[in-house]
Amino acid sequence: MKKKKSLPGVVYIVICFLFLYLPIFVTMFFSFNSSKSLTKFTGFSLTWYQQLFSDAEIMGAVYVSVTIALLSTLISTILGTATAIGLSKNRKVIKELIININNIPIMNPDIVTAIGLMILFSSLKIEKGYMTMLLAHISFCTPYVITSVYPKVRSLNPNLANAAMDLGATPWQALYKVILPMIKDGIFAGVLLAFTMSFDDFVISYFVTGNGVKNISIIVYNMTKRTNPTINALSTIVILVIMVLLIIANAVPAVMKRRKINGVNRQKTSEEGNE
Amino acid sequence: MKYYVKMVRPYMVWSFLLIVIPMLLIAIYSVTTGGNTLVNIQFTLENFAKFAEPIYVQVFVKSLQIGLITVGICLALGYTLAYQICRFEERIQSSLILLVTIPMWINTLLRTYAWISILSDNGIINTILQALGLEPVTLMYTNFAVIIGMVSDFLPFMVIPIHTSLSKIDKSLIEAAQDLGATPFQTFTKVIFKLSIPGVLNGVIVTFLLSISTFVIPKLLGGGQYTLIGNLIENQFISVGNWNFGSALSLILTAVILLAITLMRRLDQEDKEEEL
Amino acid sequence: MKNVIIELKNLTHNFGDQQVLKGINLNIYQNEFLTLLGPSGCGKTTTLRIIAGFEEPTGGEVLFNGIDVSKVPAYKREVNTVFQNYALFPFLNVHDNVAFGLKIKKVDPKFIDAKVSSTLKLVGLEGFEDRDVTLLSGGQQQRVAIARALVNEPKVLLLDEPLGALDAKLRKEMQTELKKIQEEVGITFIFVTHDQEEALSMSDTVVVMNEGVIQQIGTPEDIYNEPENRFVAGFIGASNIIGGAIMKEDCLVSFDGQDFECVDKGFKENEPVEVVIRPEDIELVKPKQGLLQGVVKSVVFKGVHYELQVETEFRDYLVQTTRQYEAEEKVGLTFEPEGIHVMYPM
Repeated sequence: MKKKKSLPGVVYIVICFLFLYLPIFVTMFFSFNSSKSLTKFTGFSLTWYQQLFSDAEIMGAVYVSVTIALLSTLISTILGTATAIGLSKNRKVIKELIININNIPIMNPDIVTAIGLMILFSSLKIEKGYMTMLLAHISFCTPYVITSVYPKVRSLNPNLANAAMDLGATPWQALYKVILPMIKDGIFAGVLLAFTMSFDDFVISYFVTGNGVKNISIIVYNMTKRTNPTINALSTIVILVIMVLLIIANAVPAVMKRRKINGVNRQKTSEEGNE
Repeated sequence: MKYYVKMVRPYMVWSFLLIVIPMLLIAIYSVTTGGNTLVNIQFTLENFAKFAEPIYVQVFVKSLQIGLITVGICLALGYTLAYQICRFEERIQSSLILLVTIPMWINTLLRTYAWISILSDNGIINTILQALGLEPVTLMYTNFAVIIGMVSDFLPFMVIPIHTSLSKIDKSLIEAAQDLGATPFQTFTKVIFKLSIPGVLNGVIVTFLLSISTFVIPKLLGGGQYTLIGNLIENQFISVGNWNFGSALSLILTAVILLAITLMRRLDQEDKEEEL
Repeated sequence: MKNVIIELKNLTHNFGDQQVLKGINLNIYQNEFLTLLGPSGCGKTTTLRIIAGFEEPTGGEVLFNGIDVSKVPAYKREVNTVFQNYALFPFLNVHDNVAFGLKIKKVDPKFIDAKVSSTLKLVGLEGFEDRDVTLLSGGQQQRVAIARALVNEPKVLLLDEPLGALDAKLRKEMQTELKKIQEEVGITFIFVTHDQEEALSMSDTVVVMNEGVIQQIGTPEDIYNEPENRFVAGFIGASNIIGGAIMKEDCLVSFDGQDFECVDKGFKENEPVEVVIRPEDIELVKPKQGLLQGVVKSVVFKGVHYELQVETEFRDYLVQTTRQYEAEEKVGLTFEPEGIHVMYPM
């Protein structure tokens, strides 16, 4: 592409970002409001943060969102990675069947996936609550893990696992000493995707939960009629945590890369020194 | 490598139980009566026939309209944004793309919720208008509010695939077009845009899928009476309790999306054949 | 008599409907450098992978010191492999790549460092322990791959076209080096290649394969001088292969309308045979002094020699000579009885 930057172009980018970030800024701004109003700023205060931590319902929802996200990420990452590794070794028919089934939750609107699971749980007479929410989250996160890990597995040189076994590693040792380190970027992307998909989910959780089990999204959805800045305080914390995590996730690979490049330079210098 | 073949088995069972069976259940519910249990069910097509009633056809048409308008706005805004981002050096490009993705990671509901305080009658926009001595405007509970909410929510899904396509374009192709006498405008229409079509199609499919099926944004920004197909489905399951009709609606929604995907893919292929 | 270390008995292998090995019988001896030579798709790599344990043969047996191991998985076999394109672990440095097998076997860490260093020295990479393998040159990666295999002290080292990715000059160097390493460690090397020159210059024994069948087993000299059939003769080097010859009696063969003296015995009288005459065994003389007469059709300069196409009454001959000839020049062709190799028709 052309590298010519134009002033209107930069202005356009700024306007678009303002549009994208406006709701985020507004949320954060009013979390520090001293009054209950979400439209008039009456003064700086941390009241809503105090209220947030003493609100049992919200803290319960935070607990549900976080634990469900952690558990479903853990389980869907293991399940998805194992499937992706096994997939490339299977016959074409099985491979295509699994990939097509796996695409259903990705292609289907959330609401259809949600009601499908809701009907399933009620047909099986499983009581709706934490467990059904967890199962549903694993179910919609795993396809995303598979789609991020599978391409890495496919581009893997099959001789690497053979080489490990040739050197005496059992298939299991070859798996965690060679295959997993080789596909860790894909797994990491899968983890990130699964966690945010699960943590942000509203639609599927809303349909499959019951018995008063609520995650943050459901609380927010139920609250909209009664304006309440505690939710802004919670949002602000969530936004900050996600931003910090994202920056770390993006900065760590960059730092690692730089270290590697420094290593190369050192290697080159020592080579020159040898000559 | 034959050792790892069996590792797909847990997921084969899992995906059958939690992906295939739910879809089959929706299909069964959509062609039966007998309420919310599978005992004493009877085959019927009346759930689909009910959809032909004007009130539901209206909802469907409105959903399509709002969806297409949203996709159109996202495409226009998103393509321009992706194109402008591509003009920067790669390092800055990746930071800008990260900035585009960050809102995607933040709860849709939280962001939609914030739009309420921006758009409401005594919200930020109207406060500013009043401060400037202008007449306040009603923004909430209108198509405008719903579309604003959808565009701000779905725009990143359009920008990212288009940016990926654009950034993959081989610079020498653009230089070749210029070398062969194409004006900047011709270079864009005849080379750059054609090469970015896969990204555009991807973005269009995803934003269409999201905007036609959402029920949260219309409910929060459009108000309780504002009904799109997503809200209709939600009502059948949450308040009305007619799972059979709800299932039929879901199947129709899925079919519309599959049809859209197939059409888009065909468009892409025809385009390629034309060039051959 | 040398000891047999590996014995392949009637080995067959199928990929789907395709039979890629059609009954391989082969004895591999201790301390020998054996090469499996053949065009791509001949089954040489499959044979190697079966010995390594990456493929299970469809039929037949693989005996290690007399014990059938065809069902034993790769990680339990006392062989190690140097892979095509090396298959080094990119996330490990040179030391950790070489130490991989020893760590798996839970060898004492102190012993590992010493062992890795001495093996790296053997392959000429002293002091490379901390290098990043992805940043090494092709030749260096090759050496790491050899060290990684040898450090485990296998009884047999398998090498799958290991020199294929190197440029011509480096290839030559590595050929000499590999031979040297093999003599130094004194174990069996089984080497797979499609390059006949490589096979002839390094091996004690060459096994020529084609379409899943062994064509000939012998020393490089045997293979080169006494090819058993047209395929071997053709694959080993540019040759003049003359079909439709008749063996009149011991040491007398007839082709191109003449009888020629040769050194081959043991054929039946008037048995139909094929004859090979190597281009370098044909001498060009004045037309009347030749056994055959012909006209030079083309001349190509090949560096050390010229390669000529000479048209005679019955066929074109390929001739190598150090003297320069002009096209359309009339010449005579002559060869010694030792230059004629008689073989059974295919």
